[in-house]
Amino acid sequence: MTAAVPRPDISRRSAAVSRRLLPMAPAVLLLGLFVAGPILWSVYVSFTNAALTGAAATSPEFVGLENFRRLFADPALWHSAWVTVVFTVGSAVIGQNGLGLLIAVLSRNRNRLLRNTVGVAVVSAWVLPELVAAFALYAFLNPEGTLNALLGGLGMEQEWLYSAPLLAVILGNVWRGTAFSMLVYQAALSEVPTELAEAAEVDGAGALRRFWHVTLPMIRRSVLTNLMLVTLQTLGVFTLIYVLTAGGPGDATQTLPLLMYDEAFELDEIGYGATISLVLLAVGALFAVIYARTLREEV
Amino acid sequence: MSRRASSKLVGALLCGIALLFAAPLLWLLTAAFDAEAPLAAAVPGRFTLDNFGQVLNWETSIRPLWNGLLLSGGAAMISVLAAVLCAYPLSRYRLRFRRPFLYTVLFATGLPITAVMVPVYSMFVRFDLVDSMLGTTLFLAATSLPVAIWMTKNFMDGVPISLEEAAWVDGASALQALRSVVLPLIVPGLSVVGIFTFINAWGNFFVPFVLLLDPAKQPAAVGVFAFFGQGGLIAYGQLAAYSILYTAPVIALYLMVSRSLGGAFTLTGAIK
Repeated sequence: MTAAVPRPDISRRSAAVSRRLLPMAPAVLLLGLFVAGPILWSVYVSFTNAALTGAAATSPEFVGLENFRRLFADPALWHSAWVTVVFTVGSAVIGQNGLGLLIAVLSRNRNRLLRNTVGVAVVSAWVLPELVAAFALYAFLNPEGTLNALLGGLGMEQEWLYSAPLLAVILGNVWRGTAFSMLVYQAALSEVPTELAEAAEVDGAGALRRFWHVTLPMIRRSVLTNLMLVTLQTLGVFTLIYVLTAGGPGDATQTLPLLMYDEAFELDEIGYGATISLVLLAVGALFAVIYARTLREEV
Repeated sequence: MSRRASSKLVGALLCGIALLFAAPLLWLLTAAFDAEAPLAAAVPGRFTLDNFGQVLNWETSIRPLWNGLLLSGGAAMISVLAAVLCAYPLSRYRLRFRRPFLYTVLFATGLPITAVMVPVYSMFVRFDLVDSMLGTTLFLAATSLPVAIWMTKNFMDGVPISLEEAAWVDGASALQALRSVVLPLIVPGLSVVGIFTFINAWGNFFVPFVLLLDPAKQPAAVGVFAFFGQGGLIAYGQLAAYSILYTAPVIALYLMVSRSLGGAFTLTGAIK
C-alpha cells in the first residue's frame, strides 16, 4: 500500500492535515461560542456598569476596575465566600466523599439484596431532576414534613430551614450527591485484588488497619479525582439552595452562586454579577487545573 | 467482636443508610395519590388518580414536557454528533496539539457551568438569543461536550485500529471507515453518552430558568417551579404528581443505561 502513495509536497500535506482536522470544527465552534465565549464575555462585562434594564442595559459604560474595587470591599462577598467554603467542605469533602467511601467499603462483599437496596436508595436521590430532589427535601424539612412527623415522639420538632439552615442545605446536598462518590469508589474497589487484604488479615491486621494501609493506598488516585470532582460540582450548586432557602434566612446560606444570582437578576446589576461569576470561575478553574493535572498521564 | 456479629452490625448500618436516603422520597409517592395530600409522607387517606388528571393538560404539563424533550433531545443529538466527529481525529491521528487539546477538554469538564450563567445571559441579550430554544439547546449541547468528547474518545480508543486499516486498504476514506467500522462498535458507548447528556439537560433547572422567559417555551423543570411559586396556594398532591410525570423518563433512561452496561460503567468511562 505504500508504493502507490507519492511523496506529498508541503502544501498538499497541510491541505491533508486540515482535511483531517475538519471534523473537529463543529465541536470547537460550539465550545468556542458557548463556553469560552461567555468566559471572555464575563471579563468584558465586569469592566462595565451593565444593568438588566434602563440605559445601562442598552449602552453599558466602561467603568474600569470599579466593580472589582467594590467587590473586594463588599462584606457580602467575604461572607458568601466563607459560606461557600463551609458548604463545600461540609457537604462535598466530608459528607459526600466520606459517606460514599463508607457505603462502598461496607457494601463490598455483602449479599446482592443488601447491596442493591442501598444502591437504589442512594442513586434515586441522585438521578432525580434537581428541582424534584429539592422539592422532596423541602417537603421533608418543612415544619409539617416527614422529618418532624418522625421526630414527633421525641419533642424535637422545629422549623429546620430557620433553626439550622446551613446544616439543612449541607445535609441536603449530601443526600443529593453521595451516589456519585459511592459509584466512583465501588468501581475503584472492584479493581483492588482481595488477596492483599487477605494476606494482611492472616498477618493479624484488623479491619481498620487493613483499610488504611492496604486498600486506601491502592485507590489513592480515585480519592483524589473524586475529591476534585465533588468540590467542583458543589461550588456550582444553585438550584438546591435556591429552592430550600433562596440564600436565607437573611444571608445564612448565601453561597457565591446565590450572591451572583441576586446581584445580577434581583438587583439588576449584570456588570457586578459578572464580576462575582469571574471570581467563582477563577476558584473553579484552580480546582479544575489540579483535577486535570492529576489525570495528566491519561491524556 | 465476632465475625458474625460485626457482619450483622454492618448490615443494620447499611439498612439504616438506605432508609435515610429513601425517606425524603416517600412523600412524592404518597402525596401524588392522596386526595388531600399533607406535606408529610402518609398512607393516602383517600386514594385517587385525580392529581394526575388535574395536571395532565397541554399548558400545565404536556407542553413543558414536550419542550423539555426538544431541548434535551436536541442537545443530546448535537452533542453526540459533534463529540464523535471531534474524537475521531484525536483518537486516530498523531496530532501535535492533541495533548493540550485533551488537557483543555478535561479542564473544561470540571468548570462549574453555574458560574457562567450571568455572562451567558448578558451575551444572549446582546445577540438577541433570550427566549430562543435553538440558542438554549446549543448552549446545553456545548456545556455537555467536554464530557461527551472525553467519553467518546475513550470508547474509540478501545476499537483496534487494525480493523480500519483493512477498510483503508479497500479505499475507504477516514469518514467512511468511521461510519462503517468504528461507529457500529461503539454504539453502546455512544448511547451512554447521549443518555447521559439527555438526563443532565432534562434535569437542569438553572439554564432554562435564566435563558427562557416565555412560558410557552419553558421545559418541565421551570414548569414545576411555577407550581411551587404560587405562594400559599400550593396543591401538594398535584405538585407531587407533576414531579412524578417529570421524573419518570429519567428513571427509565437511567435503568436502560445501568441495565445494559452496569451501573458504574457510565462513570468509569467519564473519569477513568
